[in-house]
Amino acid sequence: MKALILVGGYGTRLRPLTLNVPKPLVEFGNKPIMLHQVEALVEAGVRTVILAVSYMSDALEKEMQIHAKRLGIEIIFSQENEPLGTAGPLALARKHLAGPECNEPFFVLNSDVISDYPFAKLLEFHKEHGKEGTICVAKVEEPSKYGVVVYDKSSGLIHKFVEKPQEFVSNKINAGMYIFNPSMLNRIEERPMSIEREVFPYMANEHELCCMELQDFWMDIGQPKDFLKGMCMYLTSLRQRSPEKLLKGSNIIGNVLIDPSVKIGENCKIGPNVVLGPDVVIEDGVRIQRCTVMRKATIKSHSWLESCIIGWESRVGKWARLENVTVLGQDVNVKDEIYLNGVRILPHKSISTSVPEPQIIM
Amino acid sequence: MNLKAVILVGGPQKGTRFRPLSLDLPKPLFPIAGFPLVHHHIEACCRLKEVTEILLIGFFQPNDALRRFIQRERQEFGKSIIYLQEYTMLGTAGCIYHFRDVITNGSPDAFFLMFSDAFCDFPLQEMIQFKEKFMPYLIMTVEVPKEQSLHYGCAGINLTTSEVVHYTEKPDTFVSCDINAGIYLLNIDIFENIGVLFQNKHRPSLSDTSMEEVMLHVSHQNVYKPESTMGRISLESEVLPRLAGSGKLFAFRMDRFWLNIKSAGSALYANQAILELYKSSHPERLSDLPGCKGNVYIHPTAEVDDSAVLGPNVTVGAGVVIGQGARVKNSMILDGALVKAHSCILNSIIGWHCVVGEWTRVEGTPTEIDPNAPHATTDNFYLFDEQGRLRPSITILGRDVTIPAEVVIRNSIIMPSKELGRGFKNQILL
Repeated sequence: MKALILVGGYGTRLRPLTLNVPKPLVEFGNKPIMLHQVEALVEAGVRTVILAVSYMSDALEKEMQIHAKRLGIEIIFSQENEPLGTAGPLALARKHLAGPECNEPFFVLNSDVISDYPFAKLLEFHKEHGKEGTICVAKVEEPSKYGVVVYDKSSGLIHKFVEKPQEFVSNKINAGMYIFNPSMLNRIEERPMSIEREVFPYMANEHELCCMELQDFWMDIGQPKDFLKGMCMYLTSLRQRSPEKLLKGSNIIGNVLIDPSVKIGENCKIGPNVVLGPDVVIEDGVRIQRCTVMRKATIKSHSWLESCIIGWESRVGKWARLENVTVLGQDVNVKDEIYLNGVRILPHKSISTSVPEPQIIM
Repeated sequence: MNLKAVILVGGPQKGTRFRPLSLDLPKPLFPIAGFPLVHHHIEACCRLKEVTEILLIGFFQPNDALRRFIQRERQEFGKSIIYLQEYTMLGTAGCIYHFRDVITNGSPDAFFLMFSDAFCDFPLQEMIQFKEKFMPYLIMTVEVPKEQSLHYGCAGINLTTSEVVHYTEKPDTFVSCDINAGIYLLNIDIFENIGVLFQNKHRPSLSDTSMEEVMLHVSHQNVYKPESTMGRISLESEVLPRLAGSGKLFAFRMDRFWLNIKSAGSALYANQAILELYKSSHPERLSDLPGCKGNVYIHPTAEVDDSAVLGPNVTVGAGVVIGQGARVKNSMILDGALVKAHSCILNSIIGWHCVVGEWTRVEGTPTEIDPNAPHATTDNFYLFDEQGRLRPSITILGRDVTIPAEVVIRNSIIMPSKELGRGFKNQILL
């Protein structure tokens, strides 16, 4: 089977992290986002993954080829020369997705979405109802942020889509995970096209589009606030599926995921909802909750962190306090006793004054 | 030379800018660098062999704290120290005139007059030498930036003779950068000068009175002015302007640090300055614990964990407990407070018996001293600016405040006996 992942462009909403690392490679739960998706696809029987990108990144290509080899699959890069929107890239990759010998349905995913990826179930449901396409829908707290789907509960047939409704319509939104029959490609031209506005409505009118409700967790982690929310959901799911992967200890509260190489000092209080990457050092007396700390970062003694993303190789000083979705890029140095509240700091900066109100530090 | 010292300590209606700290303890007893404010004045006076007696004049009821303090000082220094209570407001000259019999008892040649708010490295010996015999009245002055001078008494000084030729209290426009530092050395005949004024107030004769005094007389007859202001004579507004230019008032210009302790911010700055002075005057008072940086005073009964880091400019009071890995910088921790593990206290005053929870951050904004201006002193500004916004200031926790763990208290003033449930920023909590 085949799958196409819409990787897109520069990942600007996840800056400053994406200034140094292409978004698909940013580690989520200690594994590149992309790898979560690819591994789940492989488990459902996918053997060819097409990455639809708008610019080529050597780092991404190299990394993905390593994983391709390891998983025994083929990874193809399909690069657009001009922005093709959310549907155009499918037309561009037509020859990879379908052909005379290949009549199987293929998966399409947004690269920002994390979930338990029920691809096998999706395939089954899709084959059962026999329509041209199936999309996943997720139940969310704030549907107007995304784009709401109105559908028939029993058959799953979609009636219509409503963008940013002004009154409550439904709390189910397009989750950015689809499966299509190859015939669907006839609806797309190789030009900038939006799948939500120029393809789905027509399929819905022709009663050729169904949806499947996601039962487990789902999140679009394209921005730091949602990245952290998604992290909490992922850890909760991990607790249910593979609790042995989570850390236990007298100084551990709730769900904490660490790489085996992490060093934690004395008198710390870690968690709930913390992810610590390879070679991270947490010194004595640190309190950290609802944070992701990337590879080789150091958190010095007696500091207090809540709802932060600490970039690779960064250092947080002693008695520092970081909170309210503070994001440090790669190699940021925060001095002792500093207070950062909702601050985004670009890579390689040294911070020696507190920033008590949300700001971006360049 | 036979001298006395008179220290004016104010009263509960005075020093309101020092609240909430002065709600529980008279301001003159508030600890600076580990010892009550006015102890530093008394100590400086007692160092002089010429000083035979120290008189404290104020409005405070002589309560336990004040009585015990005076007793301790008497025992420590072995000199006569007496507290005289004023019952009615008599003004800064009026009150010393009222007690002139006590002051002149024993026939001193002169006396130091000091305001307890005036805080510096008291140059009393130098003032004695400077005055010698030909300066009847010596006033200490300091130089401050132009803008700040308007808040004080301004002296126009003849730099060759050191005579004060002009004096205006709190002018509306700029007069001089040399201001009245609140410390005087006065011959006892000052009481004659004040006496003249006193007589004029009660029996004005139209021939030698100013327009002001006529109005006063008139209003007295028509009962415009309230009774309580009758008989008030102000040293600064009434006596000094008359003495200026008469060949009797001279200035001792002091160039070391000086400040007027009006607000908690200035108390913290005074703390810093006195701790620095301890290096030469009382080096045994500075802690040499490994976890201390810069000047730190720790009361012998305080318990400080080995891993805590204190300083610079920190004082820790009696019975204080500082937990593991705590950080205290540029702050005062008053008696009986409990600072729990990993907390961080910056630019704050933690009141008596407060509790600061684990990992909590208590932070204030220190008063800015202009480093470029000569002898700039702390601006004792009011809490709110012209737009009605609360100015960032040091954080003060009144007596008995409990702060939970893991929160931030920033630029806030918390009244006594509050138990907080969350963090606060830029607020006054009643």
